[in-house]
Amino acid sequence: MSLENVTTLGAAEAGLPADIQQPPGRLWLSAFARNRLAVIGLVVIVALLLFSFVGPLFYHTDQIHTRLAMETLSPGKGRPLGTDDVGYDELGRLMVGGQTTLEVAFGAAVVAVVLGVLWGAVAGYVGGIVDGFMMRIVDALLAIPALLLLLFLATVFRPSVPMLIIVVGVTAWLVPARLIRAEALSLRSREYVLAAKTMGVRGPTIIFRHIITNSIGTILVNATFQIADAILVVAALSFLGLGIAPPATNWGAMLSDGLNYTYSGFWWLTYPPGVAIVLTVLAFNVVGDGLRDAFGLDSRHG
Amino acid sequence: MTRFLLRRCAQAIVVLILVSVIVFCLLHMLPGGPARAILGVHATPTNVAAFNKANGLDGSLPAQYWHWLTGVLSGNLGFSYVQNESVSALLGQRLPKTAFLAGISVVLAVLIAVPIGFFQAVRRQRVGDYVLTTITLVLYSTPAFWVAIILIDVLAVRLHVVPAEAPQGSFSALLSDPQALVLPVLTITLVTVAAFSRYIRSSVLDELAQDYVRMARSKGAGSRVILFGHVLRNSAGPVVTLLGLSLPFIVSGTLITEYVFNYPGVGLLAFNAATSQDYPVMLGVVIVVAAATVIGSLLADVTHAVLDPRVRSAAGIR
Repeated sequence: MSLENVTTLGAAEAGLPADIQQPPGRLWLSAFARNRLAVIGLVVIVALLLFSFVGPLFYHTDQIHTRLAMETLSPGKGRPLGTDDVGYDELGRLMVGGQTTLEVAFGAAVVAVVLGVLWGAVAGYVGGIVDGFMMRIVDALLAIPALLLLLFLATVFRPSVPMLIIVVGVTAWLVPARLIRAEALSLRSREYVLAAKTMGVRGPTIIFRHIITNSIGTILVNATFQIADAILVVAALSFLGLGIAPPATNWGAMLSDGLNYTYSGFWWLTYPPGVAIVLTVLAFNVVGDGLRDAFGLDSRHG
Repeated sequence: MTRFLLRRCAQAIVVLILVSVIVFCLLHMLPGGPARAILGVHATPTNVAAFNKANGLDGSLPAQYWHWLTGVLSGNLGFSYVQNESVSALLGQRLPKTAFLAGISVVLAVLIAVPIGFFQAVRRQRVGDYVLTTITLVLYSTPAFWVAIILIDVLAVRLHVVPAEAPQGSFSALLSDPQALVLPVLTITLVTVAAFSRYIRSSVLDELAQDYVRMARSKGAGSRVILFGHVLRNSAGPVVTLLGLSLPFIVSGTLITEYVFNYPGVGLLAFNAATSQDYPVMLGVVIVVAAATVIGSLLADVTHAVLDPRVRSAAGIR
């Protein structure tokens, strides 16, 4: 095993603080563009977005009325991916499912990142007892397993798309909070922040214009991973039966419904949504890794 | 070291208190109050009042909290009217089984993930790294329940190597049928390895970038000495912290696995409680698991501090 590659490790591993080695302006974009895998991931994401949202405009199927006479037909003429157990066209279902999956994932990621960034930035910047208390709350919520909390919330509140977004986001904001708090802690002693304070700039303004703006790399990276995690969480919830009611659906629900037919050999009910999930989560993870490398961040915490 | 210990313990106690407050709030978040949630929709006001009086729910909120907290600390986690047993009895039956399942899986996961992560870091950007990274990434992106069902399909149905359902009954019945444990353990292990190896890979990469590695190399130390004598030891600390941090993740994975394989553990208990709206059981599980997580990460942090003195300083981890 050779160690020559040790010397080629970059600035991030050398321990420089994130905002100093963060390339200024748009340089991170060109760094990202040079990462072929990340670009492929981005292309896959855009393709799936187009498939889910623009696809139905070209491929019309009825996703509201069930046609039990046409249930579980294998792929054939006029139905590229067959039909599911109540007669819906599977390809059309995949598109509709994709819309809900991606909507909930993006929505939950936005909720989680907004909540987490605000909480973490305030805690890190203010410091002291307030920081300690805010972070203990984060620790307490982290100690409660998310799935248990989700189970509880899903039985109390009727699942719908907005409710799912809020519920998933509320269990996911803790990680960004911790990350941004760490950033805020290191940023608040920078010269420009100290200078701003001397000039009399107020706390909230400093937090928004300096702390959060200079953490944008960490925020973006975490947001992409949040989207990936949200898709898996919604899939798990749907599998446990706590998803959205029909005729709405999402890829996780399609996969778990299809799994009931594994032994009947209806592969078109499981592989399309399953592969869609794996592909999307993979793509977001790869893009997240690429962003993290482009911003030069510490890979253990992004 | 003592200052660090005191600080960490104080933090853990605060977190535990906060956990109890949160769970208490959850209990009272139920529509109509806990009494109505437990007794059901048809309960008359007299029933509700009697229930409240009997369970100490008729005082002010702080008084209720105190009553509930002292009950929990003395082992009274409530009573399940759905299963007609006390919550602590139910947990006592199920907790050892889940601990056993999760324990074996995590140990296996660490034993597999550390060498994999190490290998990936040392051979970074070479073929070996790419292959392993791809496999673990795809595994990480696959929903756990699909992994479980694929395993059932391949190993249990097609190849008939192991049974598809977990053994029921008491703990000794569990141990007497080790073959039936293979699939649940394999599922949790695979899912956990996928998550761990990414972290371990980056952790070892960070270690390899440290100055002491370059120094040792320049002094003429061979790769084997550096890797196994220094880097491996120094990576132990982050692995321990990782274990402490991953407890909630492992619990979620265990829940899904128990559901798929019908394994009679705490996860399945919580799920059945959720679907039958058995709130005392659900919240009992939450409290116990949360407390275990807090204590677990406290132990992990303390172990990390023992292994790595730099952690003990006020500045925290390097």
